[in-house]
Amino acid sequence: MARVENKVALVTGAGSGLGRASALRLAEEGARVVVTDLNAEGGAETVAQIQAAGGTGFFIEHNVAEETEWLSVLAKVEQRYGQLDILVNNAGVFLVKPISATSLDEFRWQNSINVDGVFLGIKHGMALMEKSGGGSIVNISSIAGLVGAAISPAYCGSKGAVRLLTKACAMECAQKRNKIRINSIHPGGMLTPMLEEGMAALGGGDKVRASFESMAPIGHLGEALDIANGVVYLASEEAKYITGAELVIDGGITAA
Amino acid sequence: MGRVEGKVAIVTGGGSAGMGRVTSLLLASEGAKVVVGDINEAGAQETAEQIVAAGGQAVALRHDVASEEGWAEIIKLALDTYGRLDILDNNAAMFIAKPLMETSTTEFRRQNQVNVDGVFFGMKAAIPAMELTGGGAIVNISSGAGIVGFAAAGAYSSSKGAVRLMTKSMALECAQRQNNIRVNSIHPGPILTPMLEQGMDDLGGGDEVRGMFEGMAPMGHLGEPLDIANGVLYLASEESKYVTGAELAIDGGFIAQ
Repeated sequence: MARVENKVALVTGAGSGLGRASALRLAEEGARVVVTDLNAEGGAETVAQIQAAGGTGFFIEHNVAEETEWLSVLAKVEQRYGQLDILVNNAGVFLVKPISATSLDEFRWQNSINVDGVFLGIKHGMALMEKSGGGSIVNISSIAGLVGAAISPAYCGSKGAVRLLTKACAMECAQKRNKIRINSIHPGGMLTPMLEEGMAALGGGDKVRASFESMAPIGHLGEALDIANGVVYLASEEAKYITGAELVIDGGITAA
Repeated sequence: MGRVEGKVAIVTGGGSAGMGRVTSLLLASEGAKVVVGDINEAGAQETAEQIVAAGGQAVALRHDVASEEGWAEIIKLALDTYGRLDILDNNAAMFIAKPLMETSTTEFRRQNQVNVDGVFFGMKAAIPAMELTGGGAIVNISSGAGIVGFAAAGAYSSSKGAVRLMTKSMALECAQRQNNIRVNSIHPGPILTPMLEQGMDDLGGGDEVRGMFEGMAPMGHLGEPLDIANGVLYLASEESKYVTGAELAIDGGFIAQ
């Protein structure tokens, strides 16, 4: 018996990086996976990989910052599978700029995806999960949602918001006794396309890469699979007594 | 292929019908060979017998975590029997359910001998053994009361707070040693175990006391030992290979408020 057998999962930003790895792991453990992303090509590739491994899934193009798109995506999920058990709010963008160089438009753009996207996902995903008798929502925050990082204040602000939005909504679900659990994951430096773009924005090269590697006491970057395994754990019934919690997967960065 | 296939685990407090036994059984069902220690030798034997009856491998011994000599003995048993050590679940603990103003110095020290010295001795003894075979994972069972204060059990809360930061410090020390050993803590909320039942009795028992513990978790009910065992399994397995120095709360939302 697989760990999320027969559950229906929606993973945002699943066309690359952490989202793709999470979608693949959930499918491998028996879930039917709805892959969403702004990037249709990446999303299609994720679905192809799921199917090649014998799993089930389909792709929907999705801008998480748009409420109407959430409504239409969830309607398609309900139509196709009749339920939603797992929602992974993974889509995110990483603005690498000091606050003095961040424009108000950039700040709002950062939050529209990282914060509005999670708000909309929880709000509307929860409604479909309630109809399905409960579920598990996993929000991908960051260690930058726990401690400050001078290189990206807007990103930190957005990820801090995700951390406490998670806890508050977990409390709301507990009060409603709707059997929906909500938790956050806080990745450290994971080798993903998003991090690679961030490193390039900082000038790239070995020195910038080494600065990310050495953030972790363990001494190396993590990989997307490390986060995907955390997602599977929190999404599964194994974590049925976990809600409002933060799972840090960071090679020890925030332990110091 | 089990999730901890071929690994060798020591579980302390593995003889009680609480988290220790359920964790031992789960690790064994996922392929680990388990050395079950408990101060209650009959309980430890019972756990090992259940593992063997289910087709797994286990040995048991009487083990007092507060004795450094006892640690040398259990590590030797693991190495002599199975040739390696990969996982240590520092689970054994006691729970003095008393406000600090009513706690004697003897009780305070006893609380720390088991809950804090026991974890210190365990990590110190296990790490050299794990280093022999290239690494491992240590899971220390702290508590929600190791993160927030607990008026009904101040000495317990303080001992669990020590476990939380000893975990992080040891995780960093292992990272510096580059020894491939990860160290994490689990913070259970109110979990229905013999230890909690004893604590509820000490506080007067009855529906009111039980209601107080149930009400600690926003989810509105107590957890079960399997909830913790699943967390230990995750942190003990290679699935969590990038997790160290972290604290995993399994508490029905207790500390999220």
